Amino acid sequence: MNKLLTASIKEVSQKINAGDVRSSDITNAAIKVTSIIKPLNAYITITNETAKKHAESSDSRQKDCSLLGKLDGIPIAIKDNYCTRNHPTTCASKMLSSFIPTYDATVYQNLKNVGAVLIGKTNLDEFAMGSGTIDSYYGPTKNLWNSDVFKKFYSCNSQAKEHIQQNTDAHSWHIAGGSSGGSAVAVATGSCYAAIGSDTGGSTRNPASYCGLVGLKPTYGLVSRYGLIPLVNSMDVPGILTRNIDDAVLILNNVAGPDGFDSTCFQKEYVPFDIPDTIDISNFRIGIPKEYKEKNLSPEVQECWDEVSQYLTEGGASLSTVSLPHTDYSIMCYTVLNRCDVASNLACYDGMEYGYRSDEWSSVHNLYRKTRSEGFGKIVKERILVGNYFLLEENYEEYYVKAMKIRRLISDDFNTVWNNNIDLLLTPTTLTGAPKYNDFISMDNQAQCSVQDYCTQSANMAGIPAVNVPIKLSKNGLPLSLQLMGPPLKEKELLTVAKWIEQRVQFPKIELKDLSLLE
Amino acid sequence: MFLSKNISIFIKKYHKNTFKKCIRFISGNVEEWKPTIGLEIHAQISTKSKLFSGAPTNFNNPINSCVSLFDCAIPGTMPVKYNKYFRKVLNKKCVEAGVLTALALSCEVNAVSMFERKHYFYSDLPAGFQITQQKKPLAINGKIKFNVFKTGVHKQPYSKSSKIKQIQLEQDSGKSLHNEGVGRSLIDLNRAGIPLMELVFEPDLTSGEEAAALVKELCFILQLLGTCSCKMEEGALRVDANVSISKPNAPLGIRTELKNISSLSAINHAIEYEIKRQISILQKGGEIINETRAWDPLSKKTVLMREKEEKHDYRFMPEPNLPPLHLYVNRNVQNTYDLIDIPALKEQLPELPEQIRQNLLKSLTPDTLAAITSDLEWYLLFCDILKNGNHREPQLVAKIFISEILSFINNQEYIEELIDLIQAKIINQPTFKKLLNELLNKPNKMPKQIVEENNWFIISNEKELEMICLEILKTNPNLVKQYKAGRKKVFKKFLHKTFLLTEQRADMAKTSKIMTRLLS
Repeated sequence: MNKLLTASIKEVSQKINAGDVRSSDITNAAIKVTSIIKPLNAYITITNETAKKHAESSDSRQKDCSLLGKLDGIPIAIKDNYCTRNHPTTCASKMLSSFIPTYDATVYQNLKNVGAVLIGKTNLDEFAMGSGTIDSYYGPTKNLWNSDVFKKFYSCNSQAKEHIQQNTDAHSWHIAGGSSGGSAVAVATGSCYAAIGSDTGGSTRNPASYCGLVGLKPTYGLVSRYGLIPLVNSMDVPGILTRNIDDAVLILNNVAGPDGFDSTCFQKEYVPFDIPDTIDISNFRIGIPKEYKEKNLSPEVQECWDEVSQYLTEGGASLSTVSLPHTDYSIMCYTVLNRCDVASNLACYDGMEYGYRSDEWSSVHNLYRKTRSEGFGKIVKERILVGNYFLLEENYEEYYVKAMKIRRLISDDFNTVWNNNIDLLLTPTTLTGAPKYNDFISMDNQAQCSVQDYCTQSANMAGIPAVNVPIKLSKNGLPLSLQLMGPPLKEKELLTVAKWIEQRVQFPKIELKDLSLLE
Repeated sequence: MFLSKNISIFIKKYHKNTFKKCIRFISGNVEEWKPTIGLEIHAQISTKSKLFSGAPTNFNNPINSCVSLFDCAIPGTMPVKYNKYFRKVLNKKCVEAGVLTALALSCEVNAVSMFERKHYFYSDLPAGFQITQQKKPLAINGKIKFNVFKTGVHKQPYSKSSKIKQIQLEQDSGKSLHNEGVGRSLIDLNRAGIPLMELVFEPDLTSGEEAAALVKELCFILQLLGTCSCKMEEGALRVDANVSISKPNAPLGIRTELKNISSLSAINHAIEYEIKRQISILQKGGEIINETRAWDPLSKKTVLMREKEEKHDYRFMPEPNLPPLHLYVNRNVQNTYDLIDIPALKEQLPELPEQIRQNLLKSLTPDTLAAITSDLEWYLLFCDILKNGNHREPQLVAKIFISEILSFINNQEYIEELIDLIQAKIINQPTFKKLLNELLNKPNKMPKQIVEENNWFIISNEKELEMICLEILKTNPNLVKQYKAGRKKVFKKFLHKTFLLTEQRADMAKTSKIMTRLLS
């Protein structure tokens, strides 16, 4: 059973289908995992009752030979900024700590429709504003790698020498990345097979990079945002976190497609695809953007990048250096657009219709003031204030309009590259392996995000698909990853090359070791 | 008793004060001031469902029963409508209504318009912003032509036109109900998200009369198109007026904004009051403050609603959840995406008031024309009479309609008293009809007087009625025999005889009861 929890969805699905294992057994085991990883704080809510119900109906479908597909009976987790009917949806904020939606987000609805089992709602930075999953009302999420939990319960097939860490300081653990850190840790630990994150500036790819997972950000508009509590409406994309490319494809095939509830979704029918196990990459032309050789890029990540470039060349792909000249402006531009949307999107939290309400009756405006002062965390409040400043009539042209123009230039950078016969781009995802909490919090949120989102942000500006592929472990035993980006709607090409890399680099697999634990 | 006395004293005082003030206002030299008025009109579009959600729009539904998740800004919801093919479209009916209205008002319809967010905090605005159009609205540069005419003031109707700056689609807000007694506010979100057309007019009117005439004409057009019910009492059409005064040839003065104007006559009165108020302030060397004032129909005054805190910054930004609204305007290219077809809508436009008047002017005198087209219902009735007999002379039809039929209806005091008489059971139904017929003879007496003079009071005293009934039974032994033998039909005959005997004055309900008792 322990091995099965960290196997691929395809493998488990075959076993469920054949009756070798019941969804209930897997689900119960997964729920047990959630309790051993509790110190990592991946979940805000464990939906064990619902999970058991979902699993039981999957069991009976299996008996009736009426399984709904490969995801039937498979445990998954959902980031806690997606609405789930009758389950708390908190956005990791005090403001929504009591909010229980009456509807399901389309992404979750689609997964439910094909029999997936909801294990729980995962932790994030408050309203997804962050890149470390450290600014949550429910406390930070810790990385599995190099954690005590890892040492106690997991083994790794890597030949890399076991890295012995002196964990003297309580704050010297590694962050999971964010803002979908909870989803990443949930998948990495085997408490579920896949998790839905969200990606506005890198929030899915960043924790995927630090946790050694596949993190897919699909093309903007390919997957419905209905029910995803918005951060930046024109950049938010539901992200997919899995342990391998095939699993990500499977999830994508089940969540993508038109949605009547989201006007910004593509209206064209989505065509599901599979990626063969034998891949020829000789026709691919891959660009290496020189602007991504950022000065803070760690030598180890650079080494990874060079190595994989070398592999791809050996595999027959043609590699060339390209330029995305406006990359440097992306973060500043994103900062402005992000704050503006935040100011607007968070205006609805006034304690009137739902959510936290302060006990204040002197006047409506005092009620608003107190509710919003008490309900939002520091970073959220800062962003709201700054956003409102940018949107003032006198500042609008100077900030918002200018940022929109730069956004267009960034997007055009990519178009120029695609028009010059480049199929995909290979870059780092993050500049380093997962930082230690201590080091991370020595910077403020703005500085954290500008370092963390450097390589991932531009894809959101342009709305293009991107994927994080784990490559190897660092000397410290932490995952190092790279990112592939492609033109809009070229998910298949993107994931084909990603799978080729996956096969080539053989990123270490982890397993739960204490066999007696889950029996 | 004590209470009502107090109230009447209060009312008297109140009236005395306003009277004094009015006198003071008028004493100033009005001639040297030039009033300027610009209107902003919000018209609810007549549709079954809201602009961006599927919730119904019926005015009479119970509080908070027409609220979708989106209408109360539940996180994660988005503004959207989807059709039966599950293709998302903006509420097509709303856009078409907006376009029809724009075309009828000679606007340029924009091939691409955009939605924006306008931010402000208010308890009946759950999202904290309103989705509206500002920078790139549905239509721009229109105009409305209308006739201004007031019996006793103008000898002849005169023609006036006002420019329309833009027409934009937007969401209505909810309603706040303030309960002063318990110090609580209650919120009804049924109205939140109902589609509105906002029509922004240039400040080119000069009197309350003109403003009222403009709104009347607009209502005529919107009702003709069926795009708005224009029921001001239900808030389906809301008029805000910007009023300022200045010396001729001088730049416009500081304006005040008038709100809460809920009838045609209130438009005129509110603006006229405000003009006089402003003149009186300026003549005393005072200064007009840019503020929002509400029309109080009871005291017939404008009262301060809120002072403009510096300038309210609405922090507009593009609505990121809605793509731009594309319309099909150019027939030379193909309508590939099945967009709303502007040229086709243009062809669908009915004959508009302006054309109607041009055509009717051939057969009607200007004042008859003005009267018959001053109300859509009258006009449609007039058209029907002509349509049902094309031999009928329009001028004669209109004249009879206005001078006879409408003057009949317009005799409001007489009708009011008549209604009171029947409601108080002083007269019965047949007498009511007789008195209504009297009205045709243009009586110089009021109904009550006629009733008194002719002794047309209802007979409802039971003893009196019983006596009459007994008399009928006594004089008709044959009928009684037939009735007792089982011919129940003859009962009606007893009633009829009673009716005649009392000169149609008997309370027939009571008579019927008494007669039944006597016969059993």
